[in-house]
Amino acid sequence: MGDGVAERGAIDAIDVSGAIAALRRILPERGLLVSDEELRPYECDGLTAYRQLPLLVALPETEAQVVAVLKLCQEIGLPVVARGAGTGLSGGATPVRQGLVLSLAKFMRILEVDPVARTARVEPGVRNLAISEAAARFGLYYAPDPSSQIACTIGGNIAENSGGVHCLKYGLTVHNVLRLRVALIDGEVIEIGGGALDSPGFDLLALLIGSEGMLGVVLEATVKLTPKPQLAQVVMASFGDVVSAGNAVARIIAAGIIPAGLEMMDRAATAAVEAFVHAGYDLSAAAILLAESDGTPEEVAEEIAAMRAVLEASGATDIRVSADETERLRFWAGRKAAFPAVGRITPDYLCMDGTIPRKRVAEMLTRIEELSGEFGLRCANVFHAGDGNLHPLIMFDANVPGETERATGFGARILELSVEMGGTITGEHGVGIEKVRQMCVQFSARELSLFHAVKAAFDPEALLNPGKAVPTPRRCSEYRLTGTPGAH
Amino acid sequence: MDDFAAYFAEQVRGAAAAKRPLRIRGSGSKDFYGGPLEGEVLDTRRHTGIVGYDPTELVITARCGTPLTEIEAALAGAGQMLAFEPPHFGDGATLGGAIATGLSGPRRVAAGSARDFVLGVKMMNGRAEVLNFGGQVMKNVAGYDVSRLMAGAMGCLGLLLEVSLKVLPLPATETTLRLEAPQGRALELLNGWAGRPLPISASCWEDDALMLRLSGANAAVAAARRQIGGERVADGAAFWRALREQQAAFFADELPLWRLSLPSVAAQLDLPGAQLLEWGGSLRWLKSGATPERIRAAATRAGGHATLFRGGEEDRADGAFQTLPSPLLALNRQLKRVFDPAGIFNPGRMIREF
Repeated sequence: MGDGVAERGAIDAIDVSGAIAALRRILPERGLLVSDEELRPYECDGLTAYRQLPLLVALPETEAQVVAVLKLCQEIGLPVVARGAGTGLSGGATPVRQGLVLSLAKFMRILEVDPVARTARVEPGVRNLAISEAAARFGLYYAPDPSSQIACTIGGNIAENSGGVHCLKYGLTVHNVLRLRVALIDGEVIEIGGGALDSPGFDLLALLIGSEGMLGVVLEATVKLTPKPQLAQVVMASFGDVVSAGNAVARIIAAGIIPAGLEMMDRAATAAVEAFVHAGYDLSAAAILLAESDGTPEEVAEEIAAMRAVLEASGATDIRVSADETERLRFWAGRKAAFPAVGRITPDYLCMDGTIPRKRVAEMLTRIEELSGEFGLRCANVFHAGDGNLHPLIMFDANVPGETERATGFGARILELSVEMGGTITGEHGVGIEKVRQMCVQFSARELSLFHAVKAAFDPEALLNPGKAVPTPRRCSEYRLTGTPGAH
Repeated sequence: MDDFAAYFAEQVRGAAAAKRPLRIRGSGSKDFYGGPLEGEVLDTRRHTGIVGYDPTELVITARCGTPLTEIEAALAGAGQMLAFEPPHFGDGATLGGAIATGLSGPRRVAAGSARDFVLGVKMMNGRAEVLNFGGQVMKNVAGYDVSRLMAGAMGCLGLLLEVSLKVLPLPATETTLRLEAPQGRALELLNGWAGRPLPISASCWEDDALMLRLSGANAAVAAARRQIGGERVADGAAFWRALREQQAAFFADELPLWRLSLPSVAAQLDLPGAQLLEWGGSLRWLKSGATPERIRAAATRAGGHATLFRGGEEDRADGAFQTLPSPLLALNRQLKRVFDPAGIFNPGRMIREF
């Protein structure tokens, strides 16, 4: 597909007043935002470095209204950007200038929790944590737990295939969603998946999850609930250097242990966190590891002992085991608050999301430190070490001329290194608008054109979230000409 | 393009130019599965070997024609396994066939399906282009998840050249238990246990006998055994292997074998014929001479679908799998065109119309 089709929505002139009148007929009172003042809160998502006022924001309240809005958009060629809580970190919900933001914030109902079938049927605007809260009285929870789980919605989680700190053992969103009800751009509503563990036909569930709002709009989801383990405990280990910490991660896996969570933070990250939430981290350590075990009390005791032995053999300078649930939650609170904690010590930061083979974590940390010197910007490192998923937080000040560009360049280098090391530019945050250029590093022109063809099978006029996730061939040739050295 | 990929490309290009169907085939162990076989054989067994395996990465990458036995032996050597326990259904079963059919064994209910363990694929589309999707890391959300889309696609979207799978450590211990319960009671027990943090890794109900496998840390298995009760079965491993391979007595029958995939909480089905239940009640095997319409209607009413798994050749012409509702059929057709514009790969094997 050529650029003309992909960017058509932005090029075509739209009869704005006609669109407003038609949308007002569909939407409830106050369901359409038009003025700059009303649109301002929607100008960005969690990726605040990119801001763009949309043309309009629609806040439908019923499925019929969503369907009618989509039909209208297709009819008049108006681009649509679906939005949940707007916590995404890759700009997946960044508006399109000549487009509509379709907010699903009003779809907040938990329709059903079935404790026997261990499922919850929810609307897309339900918060991730609200599902676990609703299931708690049955001893069940929804396993994927992104750091933003207090605020982020299941619709957004599905769009991004979100992870969290317990993915290695409990999987990503794609492993925990059984069924989706989805509206296509032409207003057709489809049901994919179901109450059974598989369904006939190609696995559209796998395709839709993580498709960044480019194939359809989620109207409803049935998610799998997991029994809450009887007990969970965390081991916190300190290391004098990042290389030993990185090697300890590989040795835990080699010992046949799949920890419920396995996280790593370097000193820049623990220092920022400690000042913010007082999690009790060892600030003398160059890096700390948090390793969680869950299960029956006997099982946890067995696994904690095994992990302790590996950590000691790997050169840990200090090891602490959470004494009770309060302490366990405090250890995690620090990790989950890492992004806002870094946000307090710098005017701006960029959060990267590359994933690499575990064995190269130490090497990557060393390279990041070198790049930090090269670009003259500080970087704090927070990793889902068990998954090899890195979240380097590049600190900068957008008000200092040139710093934003330097930060972006630094981030691009990390992503390119991730691909060079046999990994990927994004493990769980999505490509969005932020990493669309680096897609040209990870994928060939043929692979990208296949992605465009998949998109066209669902959305031939490229109206759903245009310009995100998959770059046009032209953007890639520009990137290859002007990209940073070593971009291949 | 390396090794045999160039050879395959020639065959694919020739078939596409002539619009001649190709039948992707490994050892043929799963020839019985799905719609009718059509076309010139593209033999994947030429393309074999483990490309990469580092136990600390929990990832194995192998070529499509690699025998499952070779992969399982390599993993066992490092104390790891394919946690979805793919059925072989024949001595030479290959990795490509396991992923293309997307079939999973007894551990599926606890560990996940073949699709859940796919991390990446190298594939050839209908234009003979070699494409890579996903990768060799645990988490990867760059681009649409084409690699998981390939699992269970029956080779209809392309030729899998290499597959990367997540692997897991072998459980420290496994124990098999046997309890007596009629089907209704067994379903109740299974759904109750599934809502509690118990290390049940497989279940099988047949003829009022409920077999359970517990897997995990020694302490966890011992504690669960005390809670669940039942008597311990001596050669559990052989039992689950025979079940996975459908070598148990139940499967030796002339009647068509139906695979019903249902919500685990679906009530006992009122259909003629013998039933065997796996996966905590969400997989129900039925040997029955009842009409396909009746069986499919019962599965649909129960919230699932039915597949004519083995036998019933005269009914197979109408499709082995349940018909898709028209909007889904249209999307499936569009995807088929995206990957295989000339419609050469395994036509009719999955969806009758293409």
